[in-house]
Amino acid sequence: MATLQLRSVVKRFHETTVIHGVDLEAREGEFVVFVGPSGCGKSTLLRMICGLEEVSAGDILIDGVRVNDVPAARRGLAMVFQSYALYPHMTVYQNLSFGLENLRLPRAEIDAKVREAARMLRLEQLLDRRPTALSGGQRQRVAIGRAIVREPRIFLFDEPLSNLDAELRVQMRAEIAQLHDRLGTNMIYVTHDQVEAMTMADKIVVLRAGRVEQVGAPLELYNAPANQFVAGFIGSPRMNFLEGRVTAADGAVAVALEGIGTIRTEASGEGLTEDAPVTLGIRPEHVALGHCGSNDATFAVAQSEQLGNATTLFFAAPNFAVQVAGQVPARRGEAMKLNLPPERCHVFDAAGKALPRRSRGSAS
Amino acid sequence: MRRLLAMLAARRGRGRLHWTDWASYLHLLLGLLVMFGPVLWLVLSSFKSEAGLIEFPPRLLPYEQARVSVQGYPQPLPVFRITAGDFKGRELAEVRRIGLQAQMLDPASPGEILRVPAQDRERVMRLHFALENYTDLAGRFSFGTYLWNSVFITVTATLITLLINSMAAFALSKYRFSGRDAIFVTILATLMIPPTIILVPNFFIASTLGLVNSPWGVIWPGVATPTGVFLLRQYMLTIPDELIDAARMDNASEWRIYWRIVLPLSAPALAVLAIFSVMWRWNEFLWPMIVLNKSETFTLQLALNSFQGELTTSWNYLLAMTVLTLLPVTAIFVLLQRYITQGIASAGVK
Repeated sequence: MATLQLRSVVKRFHETTVIHGVDLEAREGEFVVFVGPSGCGKSTLLRMICGLEEVSAGDILIDGVRVNDVPAARRGLAMVFQSYALYPHMTVYQNLSFGLENLRLPRAEIDAKVREAARMLRLEQLLDRRPTALSGGQRQRVAIGRAIVREPRIFLFDEPLSNLDAELRVQMRAEIAQLHDRLGTNMIYVTHDQVEAMTMADKIVVLRAGRVEQVGAPLELYNAPANQFVAGFIGSPRMNFLEGRVTAADGAVAVALEGIGTIRTEASGEGLTEDAPVTLGIRPEHVALGHCGSNDATFAVAQSEQLGNATTLFFAAPNFAVQVAGQVPARRGEAMKLNLPPERCHVFDAAGKALPRRSRGSAS
Repeated sequence: MRRLLAMLAARRGRGRLHWTDWASYLHLLLGLLVMFGPVLWLVLSSFKSEAGLIEFPPRLLPYEQARVSVQGYPQPLPVFRITAGDFKGRELAEVRRIGLQAQMLDPASPGEILRVPAQDRERVMRLHFALENYTDLAGRFSFGTYLWNSVFITVTATLITLLINSMAAFALSKYRFSGRDAIFVTILATLMIPPTIILVPNFFIASTLGLVNSPWGVIWPGVATPTGVFLLRQYMLTIPDELIDAARMDNASEWRIYWRIVLPLSAPALAVLAIFSVMWRWNEFLWPMIVLNKSETFTLQLALNSFQGELTTSWNYLLAMTVLTLLPVTAIFVLLQRYITQGIASAGVK
């Protein structure tokens, strides 16, 4: 159990700055997920926390102690790498014991710890095998085992599931979540997959181009994204964005969309002028079929995906997706009547920042 | 094994040989003759007696004139077949030759001396492997000393080469430091300098350090090889950096990372370099000849050379020793050829 604090952490490679002053705090036992598109600096940030990458400016504190100049091995952290980074010439047992041998622990103690970790991860049968003789999931467990035996203060995961197939990924996701429950140790988890972030995190940190876009609990991010980037990144299928202009700024904002009409929202128009350009956002699963008298639209179906439990309809003009539960028959070119509920609409200003809601508690 | 056989027996024609099969077998046979002919000639010649070697026209197999021991004569007598005259068809032993006449006797009745014209007879040849060429080596030419010198220099130099080159390669492939590429290019650039040019400066250094006439004088100047550094560096670049990061997280010191992670994983490249180094060192001639002047410090190659330098050359012993000198390298090639081809393919160097 430990706390982790980042204070205006900056990383520069020669002239290029890849991390622009990140501030962050993880409480004891928290499961923090860094999520963002590739190249956003999430892996770099993780490597800086674990000490494999130097910090150009700012401070990293573990349990309140500044660790900027503490070498990786002394920070009391353990990392699970994307490629697992198992030593291919060693058996599973040797892979698990290597770190402990380096600490010069007595043999008996090493053996006890390795066997305990192997039991916990169901690796007992595999201890004499080499990594090449293991399946993807087993390798993943060995990599986690190598982290566990060292009893770290914080676990760091760098996209650990990206090399697994979909089914195994779901299974390992659950195992890591269980492990977190059992050990209660802090975990910091890097992924580009927002589903992993949503399902595992206590706290999600959304990064873009070396900056923190938003920090919050998964549902907070889903329900109240701070900006258009987070809104588009969290949630699958992706949120629909329609460009328009403000028609009413006092009180609730209404947005005029070209070719569709005026859509009422519950966002506060404070500080906005009439005719200001804004973007209206609504999640595909929040659009309702049929008309209700206001906030209605009619689009022609371009394509439909039948998933069995849900149907996703795609419209070409404007570029728009709708997901509805159940099986909805739809032909290409068929006109669909849709309703955009005001409480489900997000409004982003020209800079991409979300407008606050007027009425509280109506979300979700 | 069965797959290997199937590969070797693969033919284009079904059932019988297609003409391309004939062509390829012919081609391969020609290659075998060209490559292996001289070696075969050497090995067979090394079994010939001194007389057999100067025989003209030369024979492929080690034939020599048959000799027979006859009572009353201390040396075995050479045997001839008579081709004309009274004794035509008989095989007689020569006692002595006087001008155009030879005194001969029948080994069956040694008391009677027969006179035969010298042109009416031909030598009786028999196959004889002169194993004494080999067995005599040990006693006559302090062969053991030369062998030990060669083995010591080859093994020690190879071990040091592997250690030093792999350390350089590790640093050049896995550390980021300023001037790294410049250092690497400089190391590679030394490949362009012909060894003969630095022969004299090298000798000065060796003699100043008191290494002349010591095996270390042969070992040290050649342990750092640009080829070795290049070959190992290229291989180590393929070892993922994450492994090294993982080892660092595992509390491993840099030395332990090198010793426990990088070295074992570079084994294939190390094997290739070891083979190269053994071949270079075993066959090295020019530098040892300059550094080693006393015959007790000679390597096998130098000893071979010194055989020739004496007033008479004992070709039979020289050839036998040459064969023995070839054996270790050949054995290494046979045992490790898989690594050689693999290594050459992966590193892209000769």
